[in-house]
Amino acid sequence: MIKVESLSKKYGGFAAVDDVSFTARPGRVTGFLGPNGAGKTTTMRIMVGLTPASSGSATVSGRRFADLPNPGLEVGVLLDASAQHAGRTGREILTVAQRTMGLPAGRVDEMLDLVSLTPTESGRRVRNYSLGMRQRLGIAAALLGEPEVLILDEPANGLDPAGIRWMRDLLRGYADRGGTVLLSSHLLHEIEVIADDLVVIGNGRIVAQGTKSELLAAAGTLVRTRDVPALTRGLVAAGLEYSEMTDAIRVDADPDVVGQVALATGVALTELRSAEGAGLEEMFLELTADTQREGAAA
Amino acid sequence: MTAIAVEHETTARTARPAPARIPTTRLIAVELRKSFDTRSGFWLMASIGILAVVATGATILFAPDSELDYEAFASAIGFPMAVILPIIAALSVTSEWSQRTGLTTFTLVPHRSRVIGAKLAVSIGIGVVSMLVAAAIGALGNVLGTAITGTDTVWNVSAAELFYIVVANVLGMLVGFMLGVLLRNSAAAIVGYFVYGFALPPLTFLLAENQQWFKDLQPWVDFNFAQGNLFNGVMTGDNWAQLAVTSLVWLVLPLAVGLRLVLRSEVK
Repeated sequence: MIKVESLSKKYGGFAAVDDVSFTARPGRVTGFLGPNGAGKTTTMRIMVGLTPASSGSATVSGRRFADLPNPGLEVGVLLDASAQHAGRTGREILTVAQRTMGLPAGRVDEMLDLVSLTPTESGRRVRNYSLGMRQRLGIAAALLGEPEVLILDEPANGLDPAGIRWMRDLLRGYADRGGTVLLSSHLLHEIEVIADDLVVIGNGRIVAQGTKSELLAAAGTLVRTRDVPALTRGLVAAGLEYSEMTDAIRVDADPDVVGQVALATGVALTELRSAEGAGLEEMFLELTADTQREGAAA
Repeated sequence: MTAIAVEHETTARTARPAPARIPTTRLIAVELRKSFDTRSGFWLMASIGILAVVATGATILFAPDSELDYEAFASAIGFPMAVILPIIAALSVTSEWSQRTGLTTFTLVPHRSRVIGAKLAVSIGIGVVSMLVAAAIGALGNVLGTAITGTDTVWNVSAAELFYIVVANVLGMLVGFMLGVLLRNSAAAIVGYFVYGFALPPLTFLLAENQQWFKDLQPWVDFNFAQGNLFNGVMTGDNWAQLAVTSLVWLVLPLAVGLRLVLRSEVK
């Protein structure tokens, strides 16, 4: 269980993290979603004590991270897979962690097996590793102490599709056995398939949070037509809330209501369906649009 | 999920017994391992022995037969030690930042002062052991060298003098360590050590030669000068006091400032 309460981090006048509160629960995968630079990494760094908070608190299993007597046995952390001594072998990196935690030496081999790093690969120095191999090594290090809580920053980065699938199954199984998983991503679809709960952050603030089904259910109906002005007039007349997306309209109503409106207005539809996730995607795109260098997201 | 279910789950999970605190001896053992387990670290350590052997060989080859005594070997070996030990100490700290391993180290051990303390213990240990190994290699060279030249084997370094030399080198090593903690950057710490240890002494010497007020003050303000007495083989009470005062100002205080910075800084 991870509990974050009114966490803020200011750099001069800039609020990197602004009054963030959420809870990651045991038995569930909590997705921490936001565009690049939204404050995900800073929040995670504060959780594990690498960055001091300006105000607010973060606790893991009811205690501040610094108060954990042997943190590796309680929290598995992977913040940056590339932050390793390039001259150490993969096996040596795990051995150093295993010794620090005071675990039996056999755990290193078990973990290497689990993340499918072969003996030849684990004997190589990390400077020769691909990003995907570094991520696997980082996951192995995080799982080494059989912790109850996992904090992973963009763990799918650099993994190939099979690797992403493997990671998804691994984390699912881990949560199903009662573990708490918090993982961040800047990719909505990546996190949609694995997370039970979502925390969406933008510009340092939380913009939405809840279970995935709640956030998806709130999405309404997605409808497409060649005659957009006629349909929107009909929706206004029916008193329905809607928003125009890139090539479709999202309506805050059930599909059959929208279908009735279309029939009454006499507009031919090209598509009518429940908007599962479209609302979330729209919100996420808006967030991204503010921070995107290209300026135009839509 | 209902509130009751959450309640139940959390109590079930926190029921696992709290692990014991990581003992300091384990941290020291891990830090010792980390100073050997990379190729660069290994060769840096190996260079202590290699340089001692090279310096011994050079003394046998180049020193005039009449001057071939233990002091000649000791001073020949002393110089490379004075260079390499502080670098080892500085890198043990700075690599956590320059190689970004601090991200892992300080999440496994959030009390950064414990990690720095373990590194300090390892550095001092390596310093003392290295000096003893160097002294032994020098002694071997003395026996071997005089056997080759056929001159008498002269042991003109007393146990007290040897002890002073070890103290001086460990102090030098601590200066490297202090700069590592203070600067947290490998290049800056090494350059800083060379400026401090090799560029500053000639300047203070020049100043003392030309300004009487500094010449009177120097023993109490110049750390290098105060350390120099350790190599002269005689330490009076005044000398020890001077060493203590200058160490406090040039070593302990900056180390305290550096430690404070380490504890408060972000580990990126």
